[in-house]
Amino acid sequence: MTNRTCWRAGFLLGVVGLMAGFRPTTGPPLTSSAQTHSLDTIPAPARFGFGRPATTAELTRLDIDVRPDGKGLPAGAGTAERGKAIFATKCATCHGVGGTGGLGGALVTTTMTTTGVAGKRPEKTIGNYWPYATTVFDYVRRAMPFNEPGSLTDEEVYHLTAYLLHANGIIDEKATITAQTLPTVVMPAQTLFIPDDRRGGSEIR
Amino acid sequence: MKKVNRRTWLSGAATAAVAIAQTATAKAVQVGVPIDQLWADDPTKQPGGAPPGQVGTRSPFEKLVKNPSDISSRTPLQDLHGILTPSDLHFERHHNGVPAIDPAKHELLIHGMVDKPLVVTLADLKRFPSVSHIAFLECSGNFRTGKETLSPQDICGLTSQSEWTGVSLATLFREVGVRPGASWFLAEGGDAALMTRSIPVQKGWDDAIIAYAQNGEALRPEQGYPVRLFLPGWEGNTSVKWLRRIELGDAPWQTREETSKYTEAVGDGKIRQFSFDIDARSIITFPAYPAPVQRGWIEIRGLAWSGRGTIERVEISTDAGKSWQVATLQQPVLDKAHTRFRLLWHWNGDETEIMSRAVDSTGYVQPTYRQLLDARGGNSGYHMNPITAWQIKRDGRVLHRPEIR
Repeated sequence: MTNRTCWRAGFLLGVVGLMAGFRPTTGPPLTSSAQTHSLDTIPAPARFGFGRPATTAELTRLDIDVRPDGKGLPAGAGTAERGKAIFATKCATCHGVGGTGGLGGALVTTTMTTTGVAGKRPEKTIGNYWPYATTVFDYVRRAMPFNEPGSLTDEEVYHLTAYLLHANGIIDEKATITAQTLPTVVMPAQTLFIPDDRRGGSEIR
Repeated sequence: MKKVNRRTWLSGAATAAVAIAQTATAKAVQVGVPIDQLWADDPTKQPGGAPPGQVGTRSPFEKLVKNPSDISSRTPLQDLHGILTPSDLHFERHHNGVPAIDPAKHELLIHGMVDKPLVVTLADLKRFPSVSHIAFLECSGNFRTGKETLSPQDICGLTSQSEWTGVSLATLFREVGVRPGASWFLAEGGDAALMTRSIPVQKGWDDAIIAYAQNGEALRPEQGYPVRLFLPGWEGNTSVKWLRRIELGDAPWQTREETSKYTEAVGDGKIRQFSFDIDARSIITFPAYPAPVQRGWIEIRGLAWSGRGTIERVEISTDAGKSWQVATLQQPVLDKAHTRFRLLWHWNGDETEIMSRAVDSTGYVQPTYRQLLDARGGNSGYHMNPITAWQIKRDGRVLHRPEIR
């Protein structure tokens, strides 16, 4: 055996040892076939140690998402009456008076948006198309108003959410929307949604 | 033709040269051409003007432009060759503009159902092992019809292809220690829309890339600079740009983009959700509107792609769908990638329609518009991938054949 092949053999043993010693401590929930199809097959340690731990302050500042079960909703409360005034000031320019339509689209279901114009699709509104009420809070807080995103306080977002749900006839005018009540609101469109059923192959879906 | 030697040129003694021109009746005649015109047009008669430069430029004769609207911009598919889209011609779709991000200030947070919530910078990402994938990226709303004067760019210019380079998301999943039970992750962009989509964790283990490069250089701002998610074969909006946060969880978040936006009616009042895969599709990019053709030999060329695997076969009809021939696939034929197809056709000058249909590695056959409507209760919306036909007129004009409801 030459020195070179010795070195190679040693190197290979080293790699195998490295692999054995650095198996992930928390195994990914994978089938074996999925693992073999993984994109990066280069032998690697379980952890590289790059980057830095996230701080609690960072998580609080950045983690603003809200799920249908209410996870992520902040403290606060809103009513349709208060929301109506905010909507008129900050939203009606794009969504029309009462949210019935404009450059930014209709948000509120009306006779027009339900039946539509002949030959034209009915507009998708919160009342006829949105499956979860929590999405209203999440989206308004992260992305609205379009020209000044992220400028609303949590309280304002609660008011607007209450207003939009009431304008669509989903909640009572006097209802208060909070982190506890919002996830319990049942949206008219919720039962309409089905998961993707396309699978490739010979079927057209 | 009168001979003009270099000495005569340089002396300026010749005031005119003689060239052969054709009259309207195709009779060749000699015409005088002023000497300064010949001089200006002959690049062999003077040193090249442009010195070596820091960046290359496109020839001023090539007018390659995207076709922008308020929210998107389309790739000029009919003007391109090969399978790679020049980065500056990659289609765009934004949900509230292109943010100006300083890469030194940009961080990616990974948290939620993980052992070690982590913050990585662009520099950190580049230290991890890198992977590359040549793959298409297509917007699920990539379909237009309705008039004859539509080009491939107009009909389906919201698809482009690049080599994407970055870190396998599986590598980062191992780094943070994704917990058993985490089934979805939320990807959030750092744009004014704080664009968010919920993605099944399995896609992250399979082939997702946290991409920082496109075609060998840093991402373009329009493509998510400095870092984006790239999900091969999936509808474009899930490849969240300007990526700033990944959160692991045990259920989808039901964000606006995956409920009220990128979902489609499929009949019986039902709405299809989380329709990630791009179904197989093809388009003939030559002949295509607006370029006219001449009778004789024509190489029919185009692109085919599938989000579910490779292109198995492309069939072409030159008789309005009555019969089909198998086209030649140009190598390389890659997974979830634009694939070139070609077929030589001798056009005899008769009016006809030409069209292509793709078959992918799952056996899926690109449907007609009618088949799609029938399968979806008459609804048109996202994920429309119909066979597209071009009318060839007797005078050589090529026009889109609009779909009929």
